[in-house]
Amino acid sequence: MIQVSELEFSYGSLDFQLRVPELAINRGEKVAIVGPSGLGKSTLLKLLSGILVPQHGTIRMGEVELEHFSDAARRRFRASKIGLVFQELELIEYLSVRENILLPYLIHGFSKKRTEIQVSAESLAAATGLADKLTRRPDQLSQGERQRVAICRAMITQPEYLLVDEPTGSLDSRAASEVLKLLFDQAERNKTTMLMVTHDSSILDHFDRTVDLAELQIADTSLEVK
Amino acid sequence: MAGICLLAWRTIAYYRARTFLLIAAITLTFFLPLATRWTIERFEGRANERASSTPLVIGVKGSRFGLAMHALYFRGESPEPLTQAQLRRIEETELARTIPLLVRFRARGFSIVGTTDAYFHFRGLSVQRGDNLQRLGDCLLGATVASRLGLAPGDRLVSEPENMFDLSGPTPMNLRVTGVLRPTGSPDDEIVLCDLKTTWIIQGIGHGHSVKKGPTDTPDAHSESNSHGHNASRENLTTSAEVTDENLQSFHFHGSSDTFPLTAIIAIPDSARSEALLIGKYLSTDEPYQIIRPVDVVDELMHSISQIRRLFDWLALLLAVVTILLVGLVVMLSIRLRRAEIRTMTLLGSSRTTIAGIVVAELSIVIAISFALAVILALAASSGSDMFVSRLASIPTLITSTQHRQINVAPAFVQPPRVPSVCLACLPASRQRIPCRSSNPWSDRWSIDWRPNRPTEFVRPH
Repeated sequence: MIQVSELEFSYGSLDFQLRVPELAINRGEKVAIVGPSGLGKSTLLKLLSGILVPQHGTIRMGEVELEHFSDAARRRFRASKIGLVFQELELIEYLSVRENILLPYLIHGFSKKRTEIQVSAESLAAATGLADKLTRRPDQLSQGERQRVAICRAMITQPEYLLVDEPTGSLDSRAASEVLKLLFDQAERNKTTMLMVTHDSSILDHFDRTVDLAELQIADTSLEVK
Repeated sequence: MAGICLLAWRTIAYYRARTFLLIAAITLTFFLPLATRWTIERFEGRANERASSTPLVIGVKGSRFGLAMHALYFRGESPEPLTQAQLRRIEETELARTIPLLVRFRARGFSIVGTTDAYFHFRGLSVQRGDNLQRLGDCLLGATVASRLGLAPGDRLVSEPENMFDLSGPTPMNLRVTGVLRPTGSPDDEIVLCDLKTTWIIQGIGHGHSVKKGPTDTPDAHSESNSHGHNASRENLTTSAEVTDENLQSFHFHGSSDTFPLTAIIAIPDSARSEALLIGKYLSTDEPYQIIRPVDVVDELMHSISQIRRLFDWLALLLAVVTILLVGLVVMLSIRLRRAEIRTMTLLGSSRTTIAGIVVAELSIVIAISFALAVILALAASSGSDMFVSRLASIPTLITSTQHRQINVAPAFVQPPRVPSVCLACLPASRQRIPCRSSNPWSDRWSIDWRPNRPTEFVRPH
């Protein structure tokens, strides 16, 4: 499970401060994080994934407390336990779809047998309708297809936690529903805990729970967002 | 590691312009010192090998380096000619065997080397295709000449006029190719080898006649029977530009053979003592001829070249510094341009070390490709070191000492005799005619057999 308490973070020079007094997400739970722009939803995901380090408070991911980790340990943890789908898809243009999906392994080395990983990539691609596009480059894909590649890349390591930032923001409704279905299917299959930042209220029914950062602020005076 | 190498390779393939720029700059940086070093080493090896197999060379005083390059490589400007008399002077000392060389003319860009069969044996040459020289007007092609010109035994090769604007000069000679020499990897691959007498005919010292039949071909007071038994007159007699079975017997030389020109003489002493004695004969300051040991000349040359090489080393060092700065700039700019992909990798858990590893792998691949290219190019460049020799041969003053730079004007008597395109003197002088033997001219060296039956005065143009 994910346990956040007394979390405080600011970007230093920017007039911004995120405070999360208490947030608990159970293992396998699908949670939508909503709220107006500028509240720090994406920042919260970065804190949970160890990309940013809070100035105060604790983040417990399962049995692990991230603040006790060194930078290198946080990177290793992120690489092995967390799948990230970014608002900007961050695909690498000079790699093929297959290589983009395998990117975490290309960077960190192949912990499993290479053939097993290849099979995983192909089955993920087949499940997401990319089986015949594995050799293409990202610039030869539609926006929806690129989003699917990003999801496959996040899922290839079979992470315990899937942190997704606005995956349907740039998609039409049909593509958005396909992507969501895909995400939920993958998360369900691997019993992955999923946190998704979204502005799309029409998809909130799909989640086990919705956390509104603004309401959390009203309900709990310890949450302040400047 | 495999993943990092794959990422590096993909980056190189994707950013082609950047990769090309880096490869070009680094290749040049490697190429310059490698090519310089290998070219010089190869040249040094070849020059030493060629020079050490050529004990002594005699020629008219002037550039020692020019003479050595001429006698060893047949390149550079022809030195002032010496005469057959010099050849005989050496032979009379009985200190050395001699090989005359006349390298003055060219055929389709390649030097025509006039010599005797002694040279053929001295250099260990052999005929790979066709036959040896059969008669006057025949030539053997070096392996490179044959392949570049696409010529084979039985083909023809025309000598180039010495001066395109000298209309009174000797007519270019149509040479018959009898054979192609086996490749030797030496300058002999790039020559057209002829009998010495053939080159004299190219020079216009000797010639043959053809009878031009026509309305003027009527017996008169001036006509007489030629060697073929035809009635010929001065008006219908022309000099031949080609030796044929029909006109072979009409070829002859004018003047004393002692005045016939050579450009160099290779001398092969039978002992160190003979060598010393022979060298001693040319030490006088009044002596218009010089004798050189090609090994010494090549040593001097290598000393000078080592100084040039040092200059190249400095240039290479400067280029290396510039390239390192350029590579640094390109890498820095490229990292800025690739900020998005680096951020992706960081978000996926990649450390700075891993990203640096990718950049290092990229550079390593680029450097490896550049090095391989530089090696290939440097090998190609060094294989053309013979051309390098010819370039050096054209700057003898760089190498030679002040004393040796003094170019003596050759004595007037060694100026090549000229004959008019139609030798009117031949008819009344036909009894002086020197019969050209149709047998293999390699069967004998210049000897009494090939000399005029009796010394005759040079027949000047009328």
